[in-house]
Amino acid sequence: MVLLMFSNSLPSAPRSFSLDKMATPAVPASAPPATPSEAPAAASSPASASAPAPAPASASAPAPSPAPAPAPSPAPASSSDPAAAAATTAAPGQTPASAPAPAQTPAQSLSGPALPGPFPGGRVVRLHPVILASIVDSYERRNEGAARVIGTLLGTVDKHSVEVTNCFSVPHNESEDEVAVDMEFAKNMYELHKKVSPNELILGWYATGHDITEHSVLIHEYYSREAPNPIHLTVDTSLQNGRMSIKAYVSTLMGVPGRTMGVMFTPLTVKYTYYDTERIGVDLIMKTCFSPNRVIGLSSDLQQVGGASARIQDALSTVLQYAEDVLSGKVSADNTVGRFLMSLVNQVPKIVPEDFETMLNSNINDLLMVTYLANLTQSQIALNEKLVNL
Amino acid sequence: MASRKEGTGSSAASSSSTTGAAGKGKGKGGSGDSAVKQVQIDGLVVLKIIKHYQEEGQGTEVVQGVLLGLVVEDRLEITNCFPFPQHTEDDADFDEVQYQMEMMRSLRHVNIDHLHVGWYQSTYYGSFVTRALLDSQFSYQHAIEESVVLIYDPIKTAQGSLSLKAYRLTPKLMEVCKEKDFSPEALKKGNITFEHMFEEVPIVIKNSHLINVLMWELEKKSAVADKHELLSLASSNHLGKTLQLLMDRVDEMSQDIVKYNTYMRNTSKQQQQKHQYQQRRQQENMQRQSRGEPPLPEEDLSKLFKPHQPPARMDSLLIAGSQINTYCQNIKEFTAQNLGKLFMAQALQEYNN
Repeated sequence: MVLLMFSNSLPSAPRSFSLDKMATPAVPASAPPATPSEAPAAASSPASASAPAPAPASASAPAPSPAPAPAPSPAPASSSDPAAAAATTAAPGQTPASAPAPAQTPAQSLSGPALPGPFPGGRVVRLHPVILASIVDSYERRNEGAARVIGTLLGTVDKHSVEVTNCFSVPHNESEDEVAVDMEFAKNMYELHKKVSPNELILGWYATGHDITEHSVLIHEYYSREAPNPIHLTVDTSLQNGRMSIKAYVSTLMGVPGRTMGVMFTPLTVKYTYYDTERIGVDLIMKTCFSPNRVIGLSSDLQQVGGASARIQDALSTVLQYAEDVLSGKVSADNTVGRFLMSLVNQVPKIVPEDFETMLNSNINDLLMVTYLANLTQSQIALNEKLVNL
Repeated sequence: MASRKEGTGSSAASSSSTTGAAGKGKGKGGSGDSAVKQVQIDGLVVLKIIKHYQEEGQGTEVVQGVLLGLVVEDRLEITNCFPFPQHTEDDADFDEVQYQMEMMRSLRHVNIDHLHVGWYQSTYYGSFVTRALLDSQFSYQHAIEESVVLIYDPIKTAQGSLSLKAYRLTPKLMEVCKEKDFSPEALKKGNITFEHMFEEVPIVIKNSHLINVLMWELEKKSAVADKHELLSLASSNHLGKTLQLLMDRVDEMSQDIVKYNTYMRNTSKQQQQKHQYQQRRQQENMQRQSRGEPPLPEEDLSKLFKPHQPPARMDSLLIAGSQINTYCQNIKEFTAQNLGKLFMAQALQEYNN
């Protein structure tokens, strides 16, 4: 097992680098002209750059007034955009597309040659539920004494988003001053996974826990060697604030130009995507929330139809309630909702009753005939077995 | 396979405790009830299987994978799974074994149960009862008594409800497979009909508390499903396809029955001929004796009348019978659902008028 040991030798490292609330664009906005020269240098030696970087960066970071991140994004984005367009050595004009997202920073890609631009594919991370279930499961199976689990995220990159479709956990040890991650294992697992789905790339890594620590920075370092601009996903399994918050970050350089650069994790939007069948699977699994010992069985077909129609009934009763409220004046009428209701009522097809009767009867006849044939076939083969075995 | 052996080693301990707990006191593969009464699956496994098919399975190809878990009393708990790569190259066999071993070794490092408890496969319109499946499941069940095969039907799932079924071979069938004797006589002796081939084990899905929390989060954050395929009336395509497959199978079965009948007829004709020959021989011998000549030597009848080869029963009839049965079951479930939906549509229309 080859371990890569990072030792955290920072003199006065700040506690956390998840500076969501910091005015992220303000700092680099002043920096753009000088940073292009920094970018290739930073890219070539990421390890050395970020290790001593946080120290001076912490001095510069508290300096700008903490304004909420989304607000100042439009203004500095425009100022940093031309600089960004000029700055990216390897980015063929990809930055303007990703400008509208919150907390845009100029093109400081950590890795040099591979995918260009600040963040390949825009600012949206699409997660499949299987990832989260995997993460929670590996958290439940963690070793004694481990406070959190980490692992690799796999998926595909799209023009507009990044889709994470698979993940696996990687054993690691964490203590006060050092972090050891089993890289060999990660490589092996990735190779194995590639055999099944050759289209999946390493997109980043995940960690459980509700905060980003310095160790995260170091681990992120490693992953930036594997993937261009990796994503970092945190799943809060300690349930702070009573919620399991799921957040995604990408790291960006920050700091005063000319000095050592720091690393900052900027948040990304997380969306959940489902395949159709996944949606159905998740709906079914969700039912365990309601049963006392968290166990459900798979129901028979008619029961499922009953369940689905019960759901529609609930939806309809909500709509009815709304309509009554509007009529009695409790809620003010909304035209768009009214239009939706109108189209809903009109969707029930208006057919001449005789025609409908004919259609209904012919369909029922078809189904009954097929059932009869199926039963006949079954009895036929049963009979055949008996005859042959005589 | 080394992995299976250690799986066997550890599950031998568990299976002996299983049989002990069930109060049978017999060894592995004892007759009577099978060792697994219920299969408990983690939500994670369901999601992984769905995802695997969605991404890698196209059309009629099946996707397969391995199930990991453990056995608790008479329950088989499946806690994780990993997919198998498709068969593309010729040297896939060697890679498979190695792939499996590597995967299980790696998974052990992250504390995932590395006991091999079964395998899963996707199916196309319910046509999964093949000789290959039988062989695979037999080898699994032979090595690990409690293993099951999970059949996932993606097309039925896409229509609105998760279709996941767990099957095992009955002990009777295990006996026959062990002998590797699939002739009609052996099957008759074992009294095996298509109903006694596979047994379905009920499935329950269980989630841990943390996963439940995750589910609540997802429910809050994701958009409401706007597709209600389960209530759609336009599903006759599925019925058509299933009926088509059913007709094919029935054709095959009728061909096989014809073959079997021919065989029976030939055998009985041969018996008659043998009988006649013997009689003639006896008569001749008696005549010769009366004339004082030495009797003709007894000839080996079996050389004169070569017995016909009985047709292989196992492949065609049983599997066709079992497969036809599965199709019929599917059709009946489907029609039940659709009838319900039609009556609901009727109620809606009556109210409208």
